[in-house]
Amino acid sequence: MSTTPTVAPSVAERRAASPHTSMFLRMLVRAAVLRRGRAASALLAMVVAAAVATAMMNLYVDVQAKLRKEFRSYGANVIAIGKDGTSLPPDALNKIEAALGPRGMAVPFAYIVARSASGQSVVVAGTNFEQVQKLNRWWSVSAWPKSEAPKPEIEPKAESVNSRSSEPKAQSPNATAPSLESKTSAQALIGMKALPVVAPENRPFDLTFQGHAIHLAPAGTLQTGATEDSRVYLSLPEFVAWTGVEPSTIEIAANGSADEVNSLIRQMAAALPTADVHPVRQIVEGEARVLGKTRATLYAAAVLIILTAALCVLATLTGWVFDRRRDFAIMKALGASERLVSGFFAAEAAALGVVGAILGFVIGVGIAAWIGRANFNAPVVPRFSVLPFVLAGSVAVALLSAIVPMSLLRRVQPAIILKGE
Amino acid sequence: MFARLLYESFRRQKRRKLLAGIAITLGVAVATAMIAVATDIGDKINRELRTYGANLLVTPQEDTLDVEIGGVNLKPPSDGSFLNEADLPKIEGTFWRHNILGFSPMLPVTVQLGSPAAAKDATLLGTYFAKQLTFGKDVFTTGVRNTHPWWKVEGAWPADDSTDVLVGEHLSANIAAQPGSVVTIAGQSHRITGILSTGGPEDDEVVAPLAVAQQILGRPAAVRRIYVSALTKPEDALARRDPKSMNSELFDRWYCSPYVQSIAYQLQEAIPHSHAEQIRQVAQNEGTVLSRIKGLMLLVTLAALFASALAVSAAMATAIFERRREVGLMKALGAGNFAVAALFFAESTLLALGAGVTGFFAGSFLAHRIGRSIFDAQITIPPVLFPIILALAVIVTFAGSAAAIRRAVQYDPVFALRGDA
Repeated sequence: MSTTPTVAPSVAERRAASPHTSMFLRMLVRAAVLRRGRAASALLAMVVAAAVATAMMNLYVDVQAKLRKEFRSYGANVIAIGKDGTSLPPDALNKIEAALGPRGMAVPFAYIVARSASGQSVVVAGTNFEQVQKLNRWWSVSAWPKSEAPKPEIEPKAESVNSRSSEPKAQSPNATAPSLESKTSAQALIGMKALPVVAPENRPFDLTFQGHAIHLAPAGTLQTGATEDSRVYLSLPEFVAWTGVEPSTIEIAANGSADEVNSLIRQMAAALPTADVHPVRQIVEGEARVLGKTRATLYAAAVLIILTAALCVLATLTGWVFDRRRDFAIMKALGASERLVSGFFAAEAAALGVVGAILGFVIGVGIAAWIGRANFNAPVVPRFSVLPFVLAGSVAVALLSAIVPMSLLRRVQPAIILKGE
Repeated sequence: MFARLLYESFRRQKRRKLLAGIAITLGVAVATAMIAVATDIGDKINRELRTYGANLLVTPQEDTLDVEIGGVNLKPPSDGSFLNEADLPKIEGTFWRHNILGFSPMLPVTVQLGSPAAAKDATLLGTYFAKQLTFGKDVFTTGVRNTHPWWKVEGAWPADDSTDVLVGEHLSANIAAQPGSVVTIAGQSHRITGILSTGGPEDDEVVAPLAVAQQILGRPAAVRRIYVSALTKPEDALARRDPKSMNSELFDRWYCSPYVQSIAYQLQEAIPHSHAEQIRQVAQNEGTVLSRIKGLMLLVTLAALFASALAVSAAMATAIFERRREVGLMKALGAGNFAVAALFFAESTLLALGAGVTGFFAGSFLAHRIGRSIFDAQITIPPVLFPIILALAVIVTFAGSAAAIRRAVQYDPVFALRGDA
């Protein structure tokens, strides 16, 4: 008894003090607050649908990039070769790296045929071990040659390449420096098949090329199952110092879609008119095929899942709106116009769609990130470009599920609904 | 009485039951389709990965070193040992013959191209294009069209029993060859049926039926190496072990698993004096790509199952919530909580079973369509999936209804009947 008088003024005060919201807004808010249970279950359906849609769209967009990265473990997809077997110009690697930027890596290879101490021909290749290790991850190597010796030489090498193009005579002092060192510590990576020929007991050995000899220490063995097994690999500065032969092949791993790779190839071909730059068809076609099939499967899955989610939201929301036919009837009985009532239900549905979409987007991004982390060890980057689609789709489904029962109810007299028929 | 209640409930509320049924059907269909696709995608993608070409290489055991740069063989052609062409069909007699999708023998020889006056050295590669072989009663077709799917021919492929040849793209530009024209190889005229484009060293070569190369070399039945394309299981710890160190039980398990190593072992057994080795670039990467795609589809399937479970739950919750008046009436007439709950659970079970069966067949059809349109192959649906899917449908429907039924049972019948709940 004593509580009622104290409560009543406080409610009145609160009402008076509260901002003067319109009746329309208040109805919207009160409808959601008073029927929490129903509103929450409708919202839940909306959120789940939006989350699944967001996750699938995010995945669909991002998975291609993720898979492309996996496909790069197949090695180079583009190759640049000097035309008619000639060496590439000395600045070729710089030009290609400039065209590539951060979108890939390029590894130079130089080849010659040398003679072993027993007079056998063996192919010797010069390359950059650090980069080959990253490019050709399938190479099974017992021990990579120590990079301490060649590594400090790589930087001066790049400079010497630059200076050489302008000043050819500056080359000799730079190039002979590593060769002095190589007399003592040149290390070679030897293919499994070449091993018994050049270094039968895994001892240091000699190779000769056009009268120049080099003393090499075996660092490790290489196994690939292909032609690399019959070769001996040296680091490029040591190779050039010994033979004077510049790289004739540059293997390039370019990231990106088929179009991006093609435009890169065009750029590189334009920058190097004396080279033949072409895609490695075996790699490019295999990748395109597998990627295409995976994308198509994911697309089918995404469509199926999103469709299911949307239809279930439609069913849930239709039930929800239909269930509120009494509110509808009361509003009409109190004199609300058709437009107002329709507007009210539409606004309610749209609000539900927007809130559901935003909550769902956040959750969906989380799901996509989790899938990315679990499967690719790298989270899927949230794509906000997906948000408008999810938002529009959610609102459209919500509106659609409001319109169907509304058009049914419009034909019925409010009195009949209120009677509970 | 219980049965009648159940029957009447379905008879009188067709629309609502239909809506809930559709939701369950959709959920089950999507779950079935996704599970079927996810369990089968490993096999399908494995086949697509064969686009990368052969993953096994068979060479003579006593092979000399390859002296090959950029596909140009600098080794005297008669050097080294050869495999015997007559042994090739034995590949189809190995334990894993059904996993071997094709093989191509290769025999490179150096030939004089053009008239004796203006002769030019080139490599002629002898191989099978699509040769029909028989082993026992089996007839099969194999050759580069199987193992090297990225080879493209402008014109026509030569027949394996003809003396027609293909000319590589680059070489054809140099010697002005066209499909239909005639080229002199080693003093004999050969018709060119097509221009070959591979993006590899074959672009500078002549590719001919194996018999042509053998005749030029003067060694009938000689084969330098064999490329084998096989479906394999991704490598694991057992695969990497040395078969010599295994006990007989372990060895049997290793031998009877389609690892690339065990298939190589069996090829060595089948072809005398041979050495078989995995081509690591292809074989090693297959496993990673395959496991990534399988993992992705598994996670997407989980997301799909989760979404369809929630969708089914939401639909069931709505369906029961709408019927609180009925609950009120039943309770007012004296029904206990147990009786009411039992009725609802019985309804849910019936609904779940009916919709589950429909959904399973719809899902199978969907999976079938996905397989047809994306992979051009049948997706097999294991029969064991049927009871699993039905059980899942019933469990999910139960779980979705449980909360709603609990709340429905707790209503005070007076409020429920007044419509104030």
